[in-house]
Amino acid sequence: MTATHAMDHPATGDWSGGRSPFGVSWPKLMMWLFLVQDTLTFAALLTGYGVMRLSIGRWPAQAEVFNLYLVGAMTFILICSSATMAVAVAAARRGEGARVSRFLLLTALGGVLFLAGQYIEWSHLIHEGGRLFTNPWGIPQFTATFFITTGFHGAHVSVGVIYLLITLLRWRRGRIQPESVEIAGLYWHFVDLVWVFIFTLLYLI
Amino acid sequence: MAHIEHSGGYRIYAVTWFWLLVITLVELAIVLLHVPKLVLATALIVMALLKAGLIVAYFMHLRYERLSFVYAVLVPMVFLAVVLWTGVFPDALNVLRLRR
Repeated sequence: MTATHAMDHPATGDWSGGRSPFGVSWPKLMMWLFLVQDTLTFAALLTGYGVMRLSIGRWPAQAEVFNLYLVGAMTFILICSSATMAVAVAAARRGEGARVSRFLLLTALGGVLFLAGQYIEWSHLIHEGGRLFTNPWGIPQFTATFFITTGFHGAHVSVGVIYLLITLLRWRRGRIQPESVEIAGLYWHFVDLVWVFIFTLLYLI
Repeated sequence: MAHIEHSGGYRIYAVTWFWLLVITLVELAIVLLHVPKLVLATALIVMALLKAGLIVAYFMHLRYERLSFVYAVLVPMVFLAVVLWTGVFPDALNVLRLRR
């Protein structure tokens, strides 16, 4: 009847609470909590962009400014790296140690390739005269929102690559449990998730 | 999550990966076609939400988590979307009207 009584019998239903009401471990819950709050950050950036663009009424034609083939390739790479990450997580659960290392490395490589693409894109834009608050396309907010949003995302990818490499090293040394690989995976998939919206809102619409 | 290990191994990731690529290609194709701006924007946002759903459900395994946790993650996102859109976009359109 009391709380202690409930603790004695582990709850099984979705809404029956118990010792672990969400059914996830502490580290995993904390990563999810971080990702939910990071969603707020990116939502704010993208909403700010939307408000600027709507209230200005005109916007440079993205297809003429950006190389959509390059951006498409970057998107492709990020989706592939998310898939390799998912394989690494599943392999960690199954105890296929060598496969975990191989796919973590592939995932990190995908991240590096993505960053290389972003480097090419940014240097091209800067070479054309695009600056944080001025640009030759007539609308200063265009490059401001672009550099800040993609810069924030690029920083997440960079941190993610470092995170993946540290996870790889620690996995090889046997210092971490499969769940740590899964948590690194959550972060990496989130980076891909954010890119879905950046790709759609900044480049395509 | 013991039950995922028994449900076909890596195949689900290949399938998710395949559909993410298909949707991305459709997105790029629809941009190259000349469709009305509003139709284009709606279609692109629907496809972005589809991709997001695939990533969260299968890559991030949210589909296999306890229902209380799924709701704890998703409900704030819905509120976020509703509050941001209803609160901010009418204002943006007002500014646009005032400028003209």
